[in-house]
Amino acid sequence: MSAPRPILLKGGRLLCPASGLDKKGDLLLAKGRVEAVGSKIDPPKSAKVIDCSGKVVAPGFIDLHVHLREPGQEYKETIASGTAAAAAGGFTAVCCMPNTDPVNDSAAVTEQILERAAKAGSARVYPVGAITPGLAGKALTQMAELKDAGCVAVSDDGHPVSDSRLLRRAMEYASGFDIPVVCHSEEKSLSAGGAMHEGPTSTRLGLPGIPAQAEVIAVERDLALAGLTGARVHICHISCAGSVEALRRAKEAGWAVSGETAPHYLALCDEDVGEYDTHRKMNPPLRSAADREAVRRGLAEGIIDAVATDHAPHSVLEKELEFGLAAFGVTGLETALGIILELVNEGLMSLSQAIERLTASPARILGLPGGSLAKGGPADVCVFDPAAPWVVEPEAMLSMSKNTAFAGRTLPGRAVLTIRGGKVTHQAKE
Amino acid sequence: MSLSRRNLLGLEGVSAEEITTILDTAESLKEISYRPIRKVPTLRGKTIVHFFYEASTRTRTSFELAAKRLSGDTVSLSASTSSLTKGETLIDTAKNLLAMSPDCIVMRHSQSGAPHLLAKHIPISIINAGDGAHEHPSQGLLDMLTIRQAKGHLDGLKVSIIGDITHSRVARSDLIGLTTMGSEVTFYGPRTLIPPAADTLGAKVATCMEEAVEDADVIIMLRVQQERLTDVLFPTLREYAQRFGLGMKQMRAAKKDVVVMHPGPINRGVEMSPEVADGPWSLILDQVANGVAVRMALLYLLIGPEAA
Repeated sequence: MSAPRPILLKGGRLLCPASGLDKKGDLLLAKGRVEAVGSKIDPPKSAKVIDCSGKVVAPGFIDLHVHLREPGQEYKETIASGTAAAAAGGFTAVCCMPNTDPVNDSAAVTEQILERAAKAGSARVYPVGAITPGLAGKALTQMAELKDAGCVAVSDDGHPVSDSRLLRRAMEYASGFDIPVVCHSEEKSLSAGGAMHEGPTSTRLGLPGIPAQAEVIAVERDLALAGLTGARVHICHISCAGSVEALRRAKEAGWAVSGETAPHYLALCDEDVGEYDTHRKMNPPLRSAADREAVRRGLAEGIIDAVATDHAPHSVLEKELEFGLAAFGVTGLETALGIILELVNEGLMSLSQAIERLTASPARILGLPGGSLAKGGPADVCVFDPAAPWVVEPEAMLSMSKNTAFAGRTLPGRAVLTIRGGKVTHQAKE
Repeated sequence: MSLSRRNLLGLEGVSAEEITTILDTAESLKEISYRPIRKVPTLRGKTIVHFFYEASTRTRTSFELAAKRLSGDTVSLSASTSSLTKGETLIDTAKNLLAMSPDCIVMRHSQSGAPHLLAKHIPISIINAGDGAHEHPSQGLLDMLTIRQAKGHLDGLKVSIIGDITHSRVARSDLIGLTTMGSEVTFYGPRTLIPPAADTLGAKVATCMEEAVEDADVIIMLRVQQERLTDVLFPTLREYAQRFGLGMKQMRAAKKDVVVMHPGPINRGVEMSPEVADGPWSLILDQVANGVAVRMALLYLLIGPEAA
């Protein structure tokens, strides 16, 4: 395969929170790397020159939490369609959770995912291996082998490790190989049977509720074990005030902990379930408006480190059902940037802070390459127009599944050009 | 008289005028049930599907009688005979039913919101005959008709609903309907069976049985589902009967003209003692009779000759 032509991105607002860069200038990409950053760069002869004036040139976004569904549920999503959706959303790297079929709990499955990702090519794929074989919560996976095969972390996402003793052992064992443990924090005995957040809306709709405490109790436990073991622990999909507070205290204690939230927890609340809209059904559920405010503040203040999409594609087979029977989960790769730009426009945080939560911060949490425009780093770039409103149309999305929570919403801006390793992976139609 | 709606998915959003229209219509249709020949030709040529995904002999029989007394053709589809048990989705089943050109689907389902899902996908009248723990609007209406007959009006009354509120669609429909009509509703029951946000629905929550009973003009006792025992929502039926049951002791503390209702079937000796259930306060059999009249009214108003 021949090396791609050099690309010169001209005249954009270069925004790299990792290196503190925020000025108008040019960016030259060659041989898969960032070749030069400057106020004015003359294009090499063979270079493709792209005018980026009026646009923001940022590091490619890194999503710590997606479900690519392959192997096993290719009718919902494949590595090819999922990474294409990622590229369309400005992401150049995604971490895929292990709840595939078979579960990614062995080197063989990890290798299979990486092989397919290498062919599909639209984004870097970093597999997350399971903590316990089959996500069954009974024993430990061969984490060292998983890491050698290419896993960047371990998680039983979708299933909490309910046995505290086992989770402690998992953290201790993983930390011996410097493998981060990514926690789906849910106290299952408290959330059992629930379909949405427990509150006035669940009461009105007659749906069984999931109290916020089902998350908070588990987050507190998982963080306490991080303190006990010294392991690197990352908390998934924080949705409520109590979890933000727990994470703040754990960080103040100096533990090696981090957390993410997802765009839907920043933009929606339980009232948005409306009349049994299954595209607003996810786990953890959309919480109260007060929780949403706490999560937004937590993100702005950096207590919550990153925005991850928890992109969870489901077909109509799982979603066009009675609310109680419908699957939990919504897609998110193609709408994340737009939701985050809403927060910037509302003055919650600066554009630089917002982009940091999508780039430098996730790279730091899992020790991934990228997340920066620094010279010599990977040529992973997202060019976006922060002021080009568009309406979310599920049918126009690249994900195979159309279960977005934001259908019909007008978002303020979107990715227009995504480059991974110096190759264009997405270019918006003019 | 007519209604400006195609469906009755719940009493939420149904105006006081609409409720009055339904109750007045039920009142005028009620006498048909007492004629020597209990049938009028109003719905001749109309087909009503009774789609009961969850077993319910009482409600279904009541709806069937209502349809038959108006000369409607009825088809019954229950969970055991439906393809839902064969893996077909609710929407597929509904579309198949629709292809047979019915005028109305009366639907009972164990999942909250199931009739709303159906209504989004098929364009004929849907009557919710009870969905999960959400609403049971025809029961709410028949309760209101019964209260109106006993008290002469529905505004300014104090109505206490006692028992398992959390899982009761009757409690929700009663609450919504009665507050729309200007009454005040109080809930009481074990704390495990009162929804955490009950007050946001517009109900008062009583702190003891005495408080729930004393000032009430109407007491509605709810059925205790014995399977809740295995959910550990209360310890024993014995303690339930003692603390949350309606017996003669409570009745002596109640207002003289109080009336007592129950959606049935009663667990005698648990939520109600036999003396209360069979006593002069009891309107339980009036509720059953009014059920047929209210359901006749709904069918008449939604798919009858003057329906919108």
